[in-house]
Amino acid sequence: MKYVDEYRDGELAQGLAAAIAKEARPDRRYHFMEFCGGHTHAISRYGVTDLLPANVRMIHGPGCPVCVLPIGRVDQAIRLALKHNVILCTYGDCLRVPASDGLSLLKAKARGADIRMVYSSADALKLAQENPEKQVVFFAIGFETTTPPTAVAIKQAKAMGLQNFSVLCCHVLTPSAISNILESPEVRKLGTVPLDGFIGPAHVSTIIGSRPYEFFAEEYRKPVVIAGFEPLDVMQAIRMLVRQVNEGRAEVENEFSRAVSREGNLKAQNLVAEVFELRRAFEWRGLHTVPYSALRIRGGFAEFDAEQRFGENYVSVPDHKACECGAILRGVKRPQDCKLFGTVCTPENPIGSCMVSSEGACAAHYTYGRYRDITSVRD
Amino acid sequence: MCLAIPAKIVELLPDDQARIDLGGVRKEVSLALVEDVAVGDYVIIHVGYALTKLDPEEAAKTLALFAELDDEARAAAMAQA
Ligand code: SF4
Repeated sequence: MKYVDEYRDGELAQGLAAAIAKEARPDRRYHFMEFCGGHTHAISRYGVTDLLPANVRMIHGPGCPVCVLPIGRVDQAIRLALKHNVILCTYGDCLRVPASDGLSLLKAKARGADIRMVYSSADALKLAQENPEKQVVFFAIGFETTTPPTAVAIKQAKAMGLQNFSVLCCHVLTPSAISNILESPEVRKLGTVPLDGFIGPAHVSTIIGSRPYEFFAEEYRKPVVIAGFEPLDVMQAIRMLVRQVNEGRAEVENEFSRAVSREGNLKAQNLVAEVFELRRAFEWRGLHTVPYSALRIRGGFAEFDAEQRFGENYVSVPDHKACECGAILRGVKRPQDCKLFGTVCTPENPIGSCMVSSEGACAAHYTYGRYRDITSVRD
Repeated sequence: MCLAIPAKIVELLPDDQARIDLGGVRKEVSLALVEDVAVGDYVIIHVGYALTKLDPEEAAKTLALFAELDDEARAAAMAQA
């Protein structure tokens, strides 16, 4: 496929690997966080880590939308379906996220809840049109890439005067999560998470542009390189980060210039601003309650806010005690550090959210990385 | 979920919709988030919406950069040998 295959070329990858090895100084270590789950997936799937010199280490970040969803939010969706008898629809990845009482949306469905998987917010709207006798709730999750489509659906619902459509809005913001990590004691005081720079998200940045990251480069002196999702993009970004570190620079650079501008997608930004406003606080899995880190539906569209319509408030629930998702999302631990990894917790039977989506650090490592651990033990 | 793919617009449809070609598979997507898209353009598709247009010139520049590096690395390897 055009714009995909060229960026997966194995020979070029070797060339990039050689360039990184040449530029990385043997007398220092480099720690870069890939913020986004899409990058985590690409790094694991294409074995990018194997191509990097030993002193360049990648740390997984919290940019996997399903992973950062706290149990209490899934519970809220399940309550809407079981107690209020709504048709609850959401993106496929959400269905298997473990919730309270051994439930997930999928298991609630087996108990008779009407849960549907949708591919797009437009499908959710269609469900509401086709089922006028039922209330339809769209469980809307994700970062800045899925938010504009939700805004479009809400505006269309209003234009059509739909009375039976509402949204459980769990959209979160990338820059707030990055600040939270940079402000965390592990990075700031304890130094247990050394961070020399970030690979900035690909598709989130098509919407918000590269400008929001300038603050991190200036204020925290951390280089940021926005990268596409193909393996060569990631490797080129790593090379650009190594170079910035070597030259003592902390700037925002854009490897994904074929799709990302400094301003981003203004049409999408305006739609989002029209429909949503900042939530004062939102609980994330792993990062705890982060101020101004998520969106809620504005007063003018209140009738489409499922939380208001059904009066189902958010109740915080602690994670499974042995699950290390929280620490993994903060970059403090790796999947293989979790006792349950690969034994009790597998993609077929996930205990934590990081094992659910293919972008989750645990699922990516389970699918592509665990054999490497076995060989390195044998060595 | 964040995985999104570049696809070619093959037909513009009413109501801000378009048909795209994804390696031979045709699909309908929404153009509500983009502007000035024409048949033949490549867009990045995510959850049924085009998020942005791809800039072919910038794409070529990035690829040229990889190739340049590759040449450099090969030259270095040859010099070593
Ligand atoms: S392996 Fe499972 S239980 Fe352990 S951190 Fe990952 S998701 Fe949580």
